[in-house]
Amino acid sequence: MRARTTRGAAVLALAATGALVLSACGGGGFSGGSNNAPQSSAKGPVKLTVMIGSSGDAETAAVKKATEAWAKKSGNTVEVIAASDLGQQLGQAFASTTPPDVFYTDASKVGTFAKAGNLYPYGDQVKDANFLPALVQAFTYNDKFYCAPKDYSTLALEINTDLWKKAGLTDADIPKDWASLEAVAKKLTSGKVTGLVIGNDINRSGAFIKQAGGWVVSPDGKTMTANSAPAKQGLAEVQKMMKDGVLKFSSDTSPATGWGGEALGKGVAAMTIEGNWISGAKKDFPNLKYKVAELPAGPAGKGTLLFSNCWGIAAKSQHQVAAVDLVKSLITTDQQMAFADAFGVMPSTQEGAKAFAQKYPESQPFVAGGQYAQGPVNLPGFDDVMSKFNSELATLGKGGNPDAWLEELQKNGTAAMAG
Amino acid sequence: MARIDDQRPVEDVVSPAGARSTQAASASAGTPTGQPGVPGAARVRARGGIRGREGIAGWVFVTPMIVVLGLFLVIPIGMALWVSFTNWQGSTNPFAIGNGTDVVGLKNYTDLFARDGLTRDNFMQSIGNTFYYVLLVVPLQTILALGLALLVNSTRLKGRGFFRTAFYFPSVTSSIAIATVFLFLFSNTGVVNAFLGYFGVDGPQWFNDSRGLLHLAFNAVGVDDPGWAQGQILGRSLWDWLSGPSVAMFVIIFLVIWTTSGTFMLMFIAALQDLPVDVDEAAALDGTTGWQKLRYVTLPMIKPALFLVITLGLIGTWQVFDQIYVMGKGKPAGTTLSPAYLSYQQSFGNFHYGSGAAMAFVVFVIIIVLTRVQRYVLTDKDERKPLFGRGGRK
Repeated sequence: MRARTTRGAAVLALAATGALVLSACGGGGFSGGSNNAPQSSAKGPVKLTVMIGSSGDAETAAVKKATEAWAKKSGNTVEVIAASDLGQQLGQAFASTTPPDVFYTDASKVGTFAKAGNLYPYGDQVKDANFLPALVQAFTYNDKFYCAPKDYSTLALEINTDLWKKAGLTDADIPKDWASLEAVAKKLTSGKVTGLVIGNDINRSGAFIKQAGGWVVSPDGKTMTANSAPAKQGLAEVQKMMKDGVLKFSSDTSPATGWGGEALGKGVAAMTIEGNWISGAKKDFPNLKYKVAELPAGPAGKGTLLFSNCWGIAAKSQHQVAAVDLVKSLITTDQQMAFADAFGVMPSTQEGAKAFAQKYPESQPFVAGGQYAQGPVNLPGFDDVMSKFNSELATLGKGGNPDAWLEELQKNGTAAMAG
Repeated sequence: MARIDDQRPVEDVVSPAGARSTQAASASAGTPTGQPGVPGAARVRARGGIRGREGIAGWVFVTPMIVVLGLFLVIPIGMALWVSFTNWQGSTNPFAIGNGTDVVGLKNYTDLFARDGLTRDNFMQSIGNTFYYVLLVVPLQTILALGLALLVNSTRLKGRGFFRTAFYFPSVTSSIAIATVFLFLFSNTGVVNAFLGYFGVDGPQWFNDSRGLLHLAFNAVGVDDPGWAQGQILGRSLWDWLSGPSVAMFVIIFLVIWTTSGTFMLMFIAALQDLPVDVDEAAALDGTTGWQKLRYVTLPMIKPALFLVITLGLIGTWQVFDQIYVMGKGKPAGTTLSPAYLSYQQSFGNFHYGSGAAMAFVVFVIIIVLTRVQRYVLTDKDERKPLFGRGGRK
């Protein structure tokens, strides 16, 4: 009995101390409780924080230089933070009262961020910049254009020119449709070389779905179309080429490779499908010679996938007017070309894309893809849905039924849309 | 080893004989009644006296700890419990109802068990994964730790200090660093596969291999997804529940056993060094073999340490996070998901803080129940109290 009283008293004591502490620090913590977007009220110079997920020192330096130029002109100050894990750091920052004012937002995250009330939708203020339509769609969620696209990349076909010549192929043989893709892949497959090696998730195989005229969700993002006939046709083509032995996922090659560029560089792939980051493979494999072509068209015409980040502005930012002004200075053609020169990304506006294609003619296929590209699924709660599908798709090389996976994707996606 | 519920008076506990029991001392000293313990209670209540101000002194000493624990442990737990009953999305005040946050009652909990969907699929898979993980890690690391402790405690071994340090070393290294090293060791073209290749064995793609070890064993005897294993339990088929840890998970299990057994070895050493030598000698005089001495003399005497190691092991393994975060984040095919990682992902990745918090509390309950069962099993039969609920105290 004694034990019970002492314990009870101890609990009481703990609670009392706790209550004291709580009242002492009351008012801190979650004070930014309102969901109403705070407009800029501060007069005079403000300090903006920009959080980026940088690909390296070149990108960080370029963003710093660009933001400093704006800061100097406008009399404000800007601090650039290169996040080591952008997704994680943003998630924690959103829960605080002072998230970074401007930050990179991946197209696939727009819905998740927007639904949680973290994004300030300022798309209407910058839409005069004439962005590529596919990019506007990628950053539109629930009919609202949320943020200014920063740059983009698209998928194209990369061909190892040495193996190409060895197989007796010429420029005229560059595949224009699925039939010719199958034909050249067959010619290029021999020994340990596989004709076409691609990454094992929707971000590569999805291009075939797009070429067949389908996509995981409808263009307005309101309904799931994962089990539609074109979607099934797209994956059936991947499966068919795989059964013929002329297409492999990079994880199934021998030796296994991490991505298409590595497969190309190691000579286990004659062709691969990657974006303009393929130039990174040249650093790892200096002897690699390749050329880039647009992806072959499918039954429904040309199709490729697009990846992009935008300049997100926090709904909780105290300096939204200044932040929009900063973003406007970052999306000018000159500034986007400066970024392109520094770290190889493609400008997000029509005018910028044109300038880029002129300056870097070898990247023309990537730029051209921007006109018919499909952005990632940007709906909230789709991370789990897509990763579940991707984990199934990755096993396609070992057999399996892609139609059943698409049906499951349809089911899970519909559930995620319902919330 | 003093238990939290130690009933001895403080003066017994803090006397040199019980010097290790400071935990119990502070727990008793923190009682607001000012009673140092059972026998002395009446004396203290009298004014003045040599121990009259002991209660206040006790308070002063424990206040910092109470404040720290309250501020960083009790209050956050209470807040998390509240969040688990809401649909909070992380950008508003979770305590202001209606401002983007609504109370949804037990929905976050029932969704984990009863609603057919991806959240339940993932959560159940993570529970299954972690069950096998705990089942392998806890016994193996305990046995390994005990074995190492007996080894370095034996008087015949030379260079004991060196071995003690060597075995303890993985424990003091950052788990992230070790996990990263293991990524290299077990990569497709890594050292382990190169070593296996030396013997003509074609090593698996460790971190891409989602096949369960039990499934592989079943396949080896010709059983694959049989009819008797089709029944659905909580949204997963019995066959899925019986998968065993995947090859990728096995690597993590191996890693964790290797790193944590050093810590637990230290606890066993401490217990072993406390054992009276005369009991050992008496056992030797009675003609026990080495195994008998271990089984009937040493093990019963270090039972408190055994209890501690298994409890800490259970708690730690159910919370496995950092190795998962570094070595795959659930890949391949969700077979390395753990509830702790899933809870993190659900909260900070998907902004479903309520659901994430609910997962954490489910794991909390699992740990409490398992610890209780484990304690029941380890207690001598005549001292056992009922498994759940408050039994009469001796």
